[in-house]
Amino acid sequence: MSVLVYTESQEGQFKKVALEVASYGKAVAEQLGTTLTALAFSANDPSQLGNYGVDKVLNVTSASRFDAKVYANAIKQAAEKENAKVVIVSSSADSKYLAPLLAIELDAAYASNVVATPTEVSPFTVKRSAFTNKAFSFTSLNTDVKLIGLSKNAYGLVENSGSATTEDFSPTLLDSNVEVKSVDRSTDKVTIADAEIVVSGGRGLKGPENWGIIEELAEVLGAATACSKPVSDLGWRPHSEHVGQTGKPVASNLYIAVGISGAIQHLAGINASKVKLVINTDPEAPFFKAADYGVVGDAFEVVPILIEKLKEFKSQNA
Amino acid sequence: MKILVCISHVPDTTSKINFAEGDTKFDTNGVQFVINPNDEFGLTRAMWFKEKQGASVDVVNVGGPETESTLRKALAIGADGAIRVNTQPMDGLQVAKELAKVVQDGAYDLVIAGRESIDYNGGMVPGMLANLSGSNFINNCIGLEIEGNQATAIREIDGGKETLSTQLPLVIGGQKGLVEESDLRIPNMRGIMMARKKPLNVLEPLNTEASTTTNRFVKPAPKGAVKLVDIDHLDDLVNMLHTEAKVI
Ligand SMILES: Cc1cc2nc3c(=O)[nH]c(=O)nc-3n(C[C@H](O)[C@H](O)[C@H](O)COP(=O)(O)OP(=O)(O)OC[C@H]3O[C@@H](n4cnc5c(N)ncnc54)[C@H](O)[C@@H]3O)c2cc1C
Repeated sequence: MSVLVYTESQEGQFKKVALEVASYGKAVAEQLGTTLTALAFSANDPSQLGNYGVDKVLNVTSASRFDAKVYANAIKQAAEKENAKVVIVSSSADSKYLAPLLAIELDAAYASNVVATPTEVSPFTVKRSAFTNKAFSFTSLNTDVKLIGLSKNAYGLVENSGSATTEDFSPTLLDSNVEVKSVDRSTDKVTIADAEIVVSGGRGLKGPENWGIIEELAEVLGAATACSKPVSDLGWRPHSEHVGQTGKPVASNLYIAVGISGAIQHLAGINASKVKLVINTDPEAPFFKAADYGVVGDAFEVVPILIEKLKEFKSQNA
Repeated sequence: MKILVCISHVPDTTSKINFAEGDTKFDTNGVQFVINPNDEFGLTRAMWFKEKQGASVDVVNVGGPETESTLRKALAIGADGAIRVNTQPMDGLQVAKELAKVVQDGAYDLVIAGRESIDYNGGMVPGMLANLSGSNFINNCIGLEIEGNQATAIREIDGGKETLSTQLPLVIGGQKGLVEESDLRIPNMRGIMMARKKPLNVLEPLNTEASTTTNRFVKPAPKGAVKLVDIDHLDDLVNMLHTEAKVI
């Protein structure tokens, strides 16, 4: 028996979520008194996962780019080879794409959005978020093999002094039924999914021409930019920046909301962020009730000063 | 082309989330139920295929009689027929199995589901359904065109999007982008009148067992009060973010 984690990489480099599922997988393996295997696809340095508690890495070098069906089937083959009873994936777009396919392949119960290590191993019970972060449920998985989707930033990275053996793994690869025509990914910008810090602007900014201060604040912090729903509906910002219940979820360390009122649908999507800073002219804005830090004031005055202060701080702490 | 749109019956986004029966069940008291927002975008896209390409569109829900008002709303928006599989949804796998039976029996070419429903956020029914029914699958779908047997879809990925081509039969997990917010339809009087005459078939379930059990719900711990900082003291704010919150 073992625990298997699917560790995603991009251009050969492990993504942060891969290191997080490895760290989490290590804790689950210890709880079960077993070892941790990782499955990677075309990773440049698979042994790196040893630093996060992985005992063995199966590295697939024969697969081409991501295809949910092909990858799900390869993960299943790895799970069978390793006799894995618990399989763990992340909450990236790719993991959420392949996980339900994998659940059927493995005949496994699947719990998504898991936020902590199992509260019990028999029956195998996990805590997951539900109602878009307005509640949690304790859910038992009643099948022999269990599939877990770990929420982003719920466990964090835990370094480990172990080392991992690596093995080339050549699963039988299914034919793909989905052909990629084109990919449009901005490589120079921090994505909302990966960002430690997200700077988000709302209708309070009055128009797209005023986004300079949001972008500059994000740049100083190495943050991703986001926006409220009406801002994307009005075409001030692209849909890909819309966060909230009907947009992208945010689970960053710091979420900065500028000129956003804090409607329930907005809050639901960003509540998994650890620390929230709100800048709003209206002291009665509902967002202040959900915030850790707040500045009551005009964004056009507050943000430029904040940028200066952060630059000073960065130069002193560089 | 035969299209099936999966409709999840979910609490309105402004609902207070409370639990009943010793925190084991969602408390529906005073809660307004609506079509799951992700499904609403899909339903509107299906209407486009109906009007422009002559597709037929059925809607389906796995749930008790209380969900029929939501299905009637989908009929009022323009679906041709509705199906309700008469069982309480227990988990994603059970729902996917019930839906796979409907897809198979109805020989649907395209199934439009939402990327997740906003109550339990499982995000698993569309993919499981695709695998169970042997269909191709595109998740986080923000654009869809069908030409004969050929589908072109846009998938949202972390940090961008990609354009994919695949064949029917196809299941998608859809979301905003499939159509614009401003294209969403509100049922009009005529639609509501017509919906009353459209078929709503109630099917008996397969009665498959759920693979998970939800034992208990809890709400997040209440948060402490916000720390307000004056515009003249933003260096204090930077300091707190560094030393206290440790996020910069
Ligand atoms: C089904 C449904 C789903 C939804 N999903 C989402 C979702 O996913 N994400 C989402 O964001 N919304 C969502 N909404 C919309 C949501 O209800 C709100 O309408 C929206 O979040 C408001 O956006 P906003 O805060 O930018 O704008 P507003 O509510 O207009 O707030 C603007 C804020 O800016 C402040 N302000 C004005 N001028 C300044 C200034 N100079 N400096 C600083 N502050 C200023 C104001 O005090 C105000 O608080 C959804 C709604 C529905 C019905």
